[in-house]
Amino acid sequence: MSAVSQGTAVSTGRFTRVLIHVTLLVFALFYLLPLVVMLINSVKPLGEITGGNMMALPKVWTIQPWLEAWSTAQIGVQPTGLRPYFINSIEMVVPAVAISTLMGALNGYVLTKWRFRGDTVLFGLMLFSCFIPFQIVLIPMARLLGLMGLAGTVPGLIFVHVVYGLGFTTLYFRNYYAAFPTELVRAAQIDGAGFFRIFTRILLPLSGPIIVVTVIWQFTNIWNDFLFGSSFSGQASQPMTVALNNLVQSSTGVKAYNVHFAGAILAALPTLFVYIVSGRFFVRGLMAGSVKG
Amino acid sequence: MGFLDIANVTKSYGAVEVLHRVDISVAEGEFLVLVGPSGCGKSTLLNMIAGLEGITSGEIAIKGRAMNGVHPSRRNIAMVFQSYALYPNMTVAQNITFGLEMHGVPKAEREAAMTRVAAMLQIDKLLDRKPGQLSGGQRQRVAMGRALVRNPDVFLFDEPLSNLDAKLRVDMRTEIKKLHQSLRTTIVYVTHDQIEAMTLSTRIAVMNKGYVQQLGTPKEIYDTPANVFVATFMGSPAMNILPARVVMQDGAPHAAVIDAAGQTRHLRFSQPGMADWAGREILLGIRPEAITDPEGADRKSGNIQHLSNTVVVTEPAGADTFVTMTLSGRDVVGRMRADVAITPGQSFGFAINMDKAVAFDPATEARIAP
Repeated sequence: MSAVSQGTAVSTGRFTRVLIHVTLLVFALFYLLPLVVMLINSVKPLGEITGGNMMALPKVWTIQPWLEAWSTAQIGVQPTGLRPYFINSIEMVVPAVAISTLMGALNGYVLTKWRFRGDTVLFGLMLFSCFIPFQIVLIPMARLLGLMGLAGTVPGLIFVHVVYGLGFTTLYFRNYYAAFPTELVRAAQIDGAGFFRIFTRILLPLSGPIIVVTVIWQFTNIWNDFLFGSSFSGQASQPMTVALNNLVQSSTGVKAYNVHFAGAILAALPTLFVYIVSGRFFVRGLMAGSVKG
Repeated sequence: MGFLDIANVTKSYGAVEVLHRVDISVAEGEFLVLVGPSGCGKSTLLNMIAGLEGITSGEIAIKGRAMNGVHPSRRNIAMVFQSYALYPNMTVAQNITFGLEMHGVPKAEREAAMTRVAAMLQIDKLLDRKPGQLSGGQRQRVAMGRALVRNPDVFLFDEPLSNLDAKLRVDMRTEIKKLHQSLRTTIVYVTHDQIEAMTLSTRIAVMNKGYVQQLGTPKEIYDTPANVFVATFMGSPAMNILPARVVMQDGAPHAAVIDAAGQTRHLRFSQPGMADWAGREILLGIRPEAITDPEGADRKSGNIQHLSNTVVVTEPAGADTFVTMTLSGRDVVGRMRADVAITPGQSFGFAINMDKAVAFDPATEARIAP
């Protein structure tokens, strides 16, 4: 990658290059500033924040705010910390991502390799679901969850996120499989493989890049979702985002900014982790199919 | 009743019929080539034999068993695709044995079959590689290996050589022919390349616009084409087709053609039956190799007609020199020996082997004689 960009880059003078790097550095610092503020204040005693400079490094280093945010902070009425809600979020996001990705892959497979009358119309309708604002589905979804007996539960949240994510995952996989040679499917048919075996043995092993794209997309969306989380969860099934809000918005007592900062970073860690681990596949996957070879 | 019977088969997409009442019966061990230009329906017909496309009406039977509606994997056929369609995620060995695995063949048997096929195709050193690491010719071999390992009743080839470069294509063509001679399996082979059709087949079906124009041995197709389409499609350079009038001279039918100077010239027909067409217009078909220099003329021919005419263009091609003249307003190509001395613009004495001439009805374009 770097070899290519070096080879094709326009050669510039030393002065211009320094100017470019200084500008980029300034912007990088500017964008990193909030994270830096959060980090340094999350390892300070509260007194240092309320008494002085937010930008100063801590005089006394402490991990107490992190421990508090994780296990003892007051969330709503219970002093449980964010831990149970973090676990709720994991319990919600892992199945929701897995199910919506798998179903999207199956949909894409059927829509491209097992064409039927009206399949383009159906795909158009599924695409439509990408453009429906969250707010519109709130009340009908609440009613539906109530009827299904899933209101206020983690499985209910999983259901909501799977339904909402299907449009996107189907879109991704359909476009990926549209460029997939149909002759491979035919060869497998002649070899005696059926519908699911072609899917699991031929298509899925070749879907790595698009699976990564879909998983990142679904994971960040579902993990960061607040509206569905606050609307459809009960006391025991609240996801991390809602709990963080309850932690920060609590109106009694002193505002423990250091604990809030630590909590906010905790809430952002999983998405950060997913990006760092698979981010380089993300761009690669988005570009896949656009250029042959 | 043949080994593979295609009886009255048609194919329609909606209201559009793309294949019209195809009737072909293939005997066991035959090598049938379906040849024709793009869009003639040859690949559609092959896919119907494979079961990848439905049959609108008619019947396809293999070994006397009707195949309509039978799943591709239950027809005991194997297919080699134009793009090879090797599974990119599997090694060569896995590619070859995938079909056997799907049919529930035990592992030991699969291994044995694979070893046998790999040795036959000389791909035994490639078994652990992925298709992406193979050259075009190697992929082609693996694709054939995948077909061979199943021991099918019928092999289907869909333009298997069209992705190879010219030299490799000729080599693989010979390989396929050798393979057929040693295995004696029934093969149906689709191509748009008439040379492949001629060299490989025991019988050819020439197709155009969804019709089988002619079904016959390569020699029948080449020497007695059913119509102008078959005549011009098979053979390279194409058969010369020129308008002519049938006249009687000395009691024998002659073709009257007009040379470059505007003079009417008479070429005697080898077929006395052409007398029936006396006074009428026909289309005269002469293959380039039947137009030679006098020394290069076929000594066994009983009817060499000599004709001097102005040379328009010469094209030395190494083994032969192609010489173009104008007859009846058409460019007519002759095939001369390589070292013949001909200069464009000058007059030259052409020798035309009328034993090989073919006459067509200008209205229907169907063959009249021989």
